[in-house]
Formats: sequence, structure tokens, C-alpha cells
Amino acid sequence: MTTLFLISIFVLSCLIGILIAKDVTPALHSPLMSVSNAISGIVIIGALSSAAYANGFNTQEIISLFGVFFASLNIFGGFVISWRMLRLFKKRKEK
Amino acid sequence: MIAHNLLYIIYFISALLFIGATQGLATPKTALRGNNFGISGMVLAVFATLLVLPTRNDLGILLFGLLAALVGVFWANKVQITKLAQMIALLNGFGGLSSVLVALAQLVGGKGYSFDLALGITAGGIAFSGSMVAYVKFQAPNFLPDQFVKLRHFITILSFAATIFFWALFAVYHQTNALLMLSAASLVFGFGLTFGVGGADMPIVISLLNSCSGFAASAIGFSFSNIVLIITGAIVGTSGLVLSHKMTKAMNKSVSQVFFGGGQNKQKLAQTNQIAKVSSPADAAFLMQNANLVIIVPGYGMAVSGAQHALKTLAGILENKYHVRVKFAIHPVAGRMPGHMNVLLAEAKIDYDKVFLLDDINPDFETADVAYVVGANDITNPAAKTDPSSPLFGMPVLDVFKAKTVFFVKRSSGTGYSGAQNPLFFAENTMMLYGDAKKVTEEIIADL
Repeated sequence: MTTLFLISIFVLSCLIGILIAKDVTPALHSPLMSVSNAISGIVIIGALSSAAYANGFNTQEIISLFGVFFASLNIFGGFVISWRMLRLFKKRKEK
Repeated sequence: MIAHNLLYIIYFISALLFIGATQGLATPKTALRGNNFGISGMVLAVFATLLVLPTRNDLGILLFGLLAALVGVFWANKVQITKLAQMIALLNGFGGLSSVLVALAQLVGGKGYSFDLALGITAGGIAFSGSMVAYVKFQAPNFLPDQFVKLRHFITILSFAATIFFWALFAVYHQTNALLMLSAASLVFGFGLTFGVGGADMPIVISLLNSCSGFAASAIGFSFSNIVLIITGAIVGTSGLVLSHKMTKAMNKSVSQVFFGGGQNKQKLAQTNQIAKVSSPADAAFLMQNANLVIIVPGYGMAVSGAQHALKTLAGILENKYHVRVKFAIHPVAGRMPGHMNVLLAEAKIDYDKVFLLDDINPDFETADVAYVVGANDITNPAAKTDPSSPLFGMPVLDVFKAKTVFFVKRSSGTGYSGAQNPLFFAENTMMLYGDAKKVTEEIIADL
């Protein structure tokens, strides 16, 4: 894929991000931060590829595995925290 | 080729799910669904990746990934709601660290110079060390010594120069060592930037750091030509920027003021000969039960002492026993992360329709008999409207001073994080209640 293509994808995504975040109600700012924090753990894809393509158990492999560890921590911790927060908002709505 | 195209499509779908996740968080009704979209997107992308990768190091990957999953789930389940802000800061730091590690692993593995990797390291490094500083500031506010705070501009400028220097060195000589030095410089830069930031500015900084780790993921995505990383990172990055822009607007500050200003005029302004009137919980209880309208203004002090449940009880008694109307007033930057107060009030199951934002509640203070300020300070400071020499001048504040009587719960008579003296403490109609927010509120309840 050409770099130019990737850059245009990036710019379009930035626009989408701005348009979406602009309209988030202030009460949900914390959950928005928490969810977006969790999905930024997507960098685990990079860590996984990096670990898988290492030549045996070398430095690249070890560093990548720690990358996997911290990204996974970010993902699981992030989604659980967001879920706990959002459940609070939902309960109140049903009442 | 077919597998490759299929993977591309799966990644694209997962990116769409992440967009849906962020979109879902716009309203409370769709928010939980948004979170589920996010989880689905993540599961899809991770499994697709695991399936196509060579099976060389599967055991290590599973071990590290699952161990972190267990730790993450256990930890996030256990942490108290009042400590959410630091937990999010910590997790965000780990995301940034992961980007740095991936970039370093790529370079160690023989991948030559690339702009994206250098960018990933810088953004990830700032996100990591900045978030760690934020975490330490939350956990132990006095842990970082004052001498460092004085040196912070020096550290920031020096590490920024070093970051630029190693970027150039790496770009020209393509040496891995330069990149290791770049990682170190970025870490110090993140440290220097966040080090001197005052507590009241934390919501801005936390969302900026969030944005940094998003852009770091995006940069890593360029290096792998991976669209799901690029799209997701960009959305996280920009939504963080939008949030911090909203916060700076709510404080009438610029980003540079957050990082480089503040703290200087603390001593000068904190001195005053005026004396604040001290009152008792029994007085507060008496005035509240005879009021028509009581407005409760929560701040970070409520979060620290976990007073939200006591406030819910207080509001309940006032409404049901004494037929007093009770409203909650929320300032956009109250607390330490965007929307912090909303989450805490939600935890105490305080009704949505009793919670009002700055512009909606300000006209009501005029008719309020009692304003009960629980651990908030700068966001109520009338000097922000009247005194051009105040460091807060221009910041939109809650018009607490218009209420007939104001009760301030504070742990001490000190100033807020801005260092600005709050003239409201010495106003004719203001009564101070010194002590822990939760204890004082419970004492008021006991007197009702």
C-alpha cells in the first residue's frame, strides 16, 4: 500500500474522530476517555506481529512480548473500567 | 493473496466497530453498546491477526497476553470508583509504553530508519512518562519534591532539544543507538511537561496524554501498513484533542499556560489578613432544612473523601422530610479528569435530572438559599469575573456567591491549585466548615 493512501486514510479518520468527539455529552467525557484509552490498546496487533516474526527467542521477541503484555493490560483493564463506569449511568436511566 | 485481502477486510470491519464504539458514547442510551462494539472490534482484530501469523512463538504470546488479561481484569474490577482517574492514567501509560516497545523491537529486529517508528517512540514515550507522573501525583501529591518543580522548565527545554537532536541524528545516520537515546529523551520530555502541572489542570493533561498514545498507535500502524492501527489511533488521538480543547475552553486557558504557567505567584497571593467565618454542621443543617432551594457544588474534595453517597443521603432527607429542592451543579473541569463528577454522582445513583451543568445552573444561584460547596474552590472563585489580576481571570465559574448563604467544606484554609485567594471565603454570607467532606456531610445528616 502506498504511503499516500495510508496518509489519506489517516486524515479522514482524524476528521471522523473530531466530528464524533465534538458531540459527546459532558456527562460521558470520562467514559469516552476510558473507552478510547482501551481501544488504543489496538497497538497489540503490532506487538503480536513483531513477536511472531522474530527469529527465535531473541531480543526482538522479548521486547515484543512485553509490548504484548502492556497492550493487553491496557485493553482488558480499559474495557472493564469503562464497563463499570457505563453500568452506573445505565442503572440510573432505568429508574 | 486471498488471505491477505480477507485480513484487510476484517481489519476494516474492526476499525468500523471502533468508530461505532466512539460514536455510541455520545449519549448515555447508546454508551454501553458502544463499549461492546469496542470489545468486538478488538476481539475480531486480535483473532484475525493470531490466525494469519506464523506459529513460531505462540506459547510466549499466549502466556504474556493472558497473564496481562488476568491482571487487568482483576485489577480494574477491584479499584474503587473514586480512584478511576489514576487507574485510567496508568492504563494509558501502558498503552504508550507498548508503542515504544513495538517500535524498539522493530529496530532491534533489523528494520532500518523510518519516520513512523521515531514518531511512535516519541508520542508513546511522552504518553508513558507523562501518565506515570499523573499517576504519582494522584496517589501521593507530595511525593515529588519542590526543588524539581523549580527545575522543570529547564528539564523540559533540555529534553525537548535532545528529542529534536536525536531525531535528526537518527534521520541522518540511521543508527539504532540514536533511537534508544530518542526514547530516553522522549521519556524525560514527557516527565518535564507534566511535572509542574497543577491539579486543576489535570483534566486537560490526562486527555492530551490519551491523545498522545492514540497517535503513537497510529504511527506504529504506518510502519506496519496496518489500517486498523492507523484509523483507531487517529480517532483516539483526535478525540483526546477535542476533549482537551473543550477543557481549555472551560478554563479559559491555553495549552501552553497549562504546561508552562501557574505556580509562580502562589506565595504572593496566598497571604491575606481577612478572616473567614467558621460555622458548624448544626448551623448548616438548620439553614438547609428551612431552605427552598439548596445547590450542592462538588469538587475534587468529594472524590478524595468519597462523599458522594453521603450527599445522596443528604439530598434525600432534605427533599423527602423537609420538601427542599436540591440541585447539583457541575463545572466542566471539576475533579481531575473530564466528566469526573458525573461519574461519581452516577455511582451514588443521584438522579440525572438533578444534575446541572455550568450554564444551566448559574441563573439558579440567585434564588438559592444555600449553596453547599463540597471540596471545590477555584471553580467558584468570583475573582475570575471581577479581578483582572487574578490568575483565574476570564475562567467561567459557578456563581456560588449569589446564593443567600454559602457553606464551604474544606480540609484547610489554603488556596486552590491555581494559588489564587478565593474572596468568597471572606464574604459576608459565607460560612466555612473545616474537615473531611464525607465526615462533615455525615455530621449535617445527623443534625437533620
